[in-house]
Amino acid sequence: MTHTLSYLSHLDWLESEAIHILREVAGQCANPTLLFSGGKDSICMLRIAEKAFRPGHFPFPLMHIDTGHNYREVTDFRDRRAAELGERLIVRSVEDSMRRGTVVLKSPSESRNKHQSVTLLEAIDEFGFDACIGGARRDEEKARAKERIFSFRDEFGQWDPKNQRPELWDIYNARRFNGENMRVFPISNWTELDVWQYIARERLELPSIYYAHLRPVARRDNALCPVTDITPALPDEKIEILRVRFRTVGDITCTAPVESEADTVEKVIAETAVTTITERGATRLDDQTSEASMEQRKKEGYF
Amino acid sequence: MSVNENAQSAAGLLRFLTCGSVDDGKSTLIGRLLYDTKAILADTLNAIERTSKRRGLTAIDLSLLTDGLQAEREQGITIDVAYRYFATGTRKYIIADAPGHEQYTRNMITAASTADLALILIDARKGVLPQTRRHAYLSRLMNIPHLVVVINKMDLAGYSMETFNAIMTDVLEFAARIDIEDLRFIPISALNGDMIVDRGEHMAWYKGQTLLEILESATVFSTAHAGPFRFPVQYVCRPRDSANPALHDYRGFMGRVESGSISAGDAVTILPGGKETCIREIQIMGNPLPFAAAGQSIALLLEDEIDISRGDMIVKTGKLPRIARQIDAMLCWLSETPLDPRRKYLIHHTTRDTKAIISGIGYRIDITTMERKNADKLDMNDIAKVSFKLAQPIFADTYADNRDTGAFIVIDESTNNTVGAGMIL
Repeated sequence: MTHTLSYLSHLDWLESEAIHILREVAGQCANPTLLFSGGKDSICMLRIAEKAFRPGHFPFPLMHIDTGHNYREVTDFRDRRAAELGERLIVRSVEDSMRRGTVVLKSPSESRNKHQSVTLLEAIDEFGFDACIGGARRDEEKARAKERIFSFRDEFGQWDPKNQRPELWDIYNARRFNGENMRVFPISNWTELDVWQYIARERLELPSIYYAHLRPVARRDNALCPVTDITPALPDEKIEILRVRFRTVGDITCTAPVESEADTVEKVIAETAVTTITERGATRLDDQTSEASMEQRKKEGYF
Repeated sequence: MSVNENAQSAAGLLRFLTCGSVDDGKSTLIGRLLYDTKAILADTLNAIERTSKRRGLTAIDLSLLTDGLQAEREQGITIDVAYRYFATGTRKYIIADAPGHEQYTRNMITAASTADLALILIDARKGVLPQTRRHAYLSRLMNIPHLVVVINKMDLAGYSMETFNAIMTDVLEFAARIDIEDLRFIPISALNGDMIVDRGEHMAWYKGQTLLEILESATVFSTAHAGPFRFPVQYVCRPRDSANPALHDYRGFMGRVESGSISAGDAVTILPGGKETCIREIQIMGNPLPFAAAGQSIALLLEDEIDISRGDMIVKTGKLPRIARQIDAMLCWLSETPLDPRRKYLIHHTTRDTKAIISGIGYRIDITTMERKNADKLDMNDIAKVSFKLAQPIFADTYADNRDTGAFIVIDESTNNTVGAGMIL
């Protein structure tokens, strides 16, 4: 008992844990995939995968479930980053599921976000994936705070929060029968601030909309709604041009930017350290409907 | 980089566990810690304010912060381990919040398995309860180095020093029997915030550290770093298809240093074969490192070409673990289906799987009285000394010496569920 682990900073520790988890997936699963959206958390996941597997290739392809309503800056970045890394990227689209008739929107303006579950399950089936690695964090949401790092899903992709496998030490049990699936979250223990500090330390490039830029928005229910072709302003709304940045990027219909002057990673870290609103609270238009909406979506097969 | 990160780097990360039931004010304590360290953000606070009002409460119920699942909110109890995060200027913290009811021993074991420190809550009005003994015993069983007995609801006990001292004496009496390395006591009021982040005005008689000061200064000692080098191989990197001819013969053995340290040039032995060679290079992302120590995920390149695969272990020559085909362990049973001593189970230890049969159940522990009892099967939440016979050897240290190479899980192959947690004796 003479040494401490203080030679590892909190970021070193979190990174090493995530590398260990990725290598366990590679060791225990036959056909995994890493979900990569071009968002900041999955960009961190790519760097962790490089640290886990270089100089080799990743032992899994990357996959994005595209709602067709993503920002161009993000999808362009997604494609470029995958090409730079020389890794295979699979894109499966909610619009294809709509054409197949497996996704039916209640109205054309309904958010496609929750319908990603259907497309994800179809892609899992198409490629026979036995594990999907995602960049979800426990600090994002209360249901996620109780989800395992290796989260078992049944044949229907459903999460059963009351019947989770015990997960002790850092011994992970990825065993499953055919048709069942693991969802694996290597950065479960990271917070939003950890992610930004890691982006700064590793000098990771992000899609430009994560930094302050001018954008037309309309104020609606305490949020700034981006004004785009898909999300036009309502008739009585005033369109303002504000300096904003996105804290989280996803489907255009359900992610909102925040007002910000932060145009560098250092400034974003400074803002994140003093913010008074949670990441999803500020920016997700879909989680506010009900306190339990994430839990509900996960039970239906969501990431 | 910000001051914040530099400061945090120095003290790293502390994982701790809170044990106690809803009645002890555990959720309120966690809520208070998060609230006073400004880790609760305004929208979250608004949401619990709304819920508190809807339930007809007059003050904000901070325990609502940790009750994450629909069923929990409906029943008003915590049913599963929840993880919470906060950071101060000096440290990042991960709280594992485990429910305290007797039937949830398995959840406490789970939460304790990764903790460096345990907070054991006692209601000042009730004093030591059977669950206090259970929590202390389980913390010791899981080898948590620091134990802090938090005597809560001091506001309802007149902030009385006598009450605090009486409870302390009771705890010390039974704690003597379980040999706890670092045991501390603190009086608090989670509801009012006394002695958590601020000292408050009611307990000037208490001269010790506040709860946050205890957390900030707890040393994350590691037997791991000082111990012998243990490197279970997780994955072998052979980028044969690479266009780069320099990589044609590359073989990197990837894993995490579970204990000890390693430098380029060190002599190593590969288990189970026993072949010896030297470390040619330590790498991360293909770049060389001169040295690596416990906790770091790295790749090792060896001087000689030896057939090594996942499940093998690289250790320093001369400091071998036990190569065991028979083990004795303290086993906590986690499954609703009782342990059936006639069945074969699967044991997962470091990166290795092996079939196992139970060669005997020595005794079961009554964790409230700490008495040993006879047992021929184990039910959920039972803890017993069990002997296993293994189909393949594992490379083991005792759990007391090494949490990583001394721990294993038991898997039921008929369901693939994790049904047991073992600590090697």
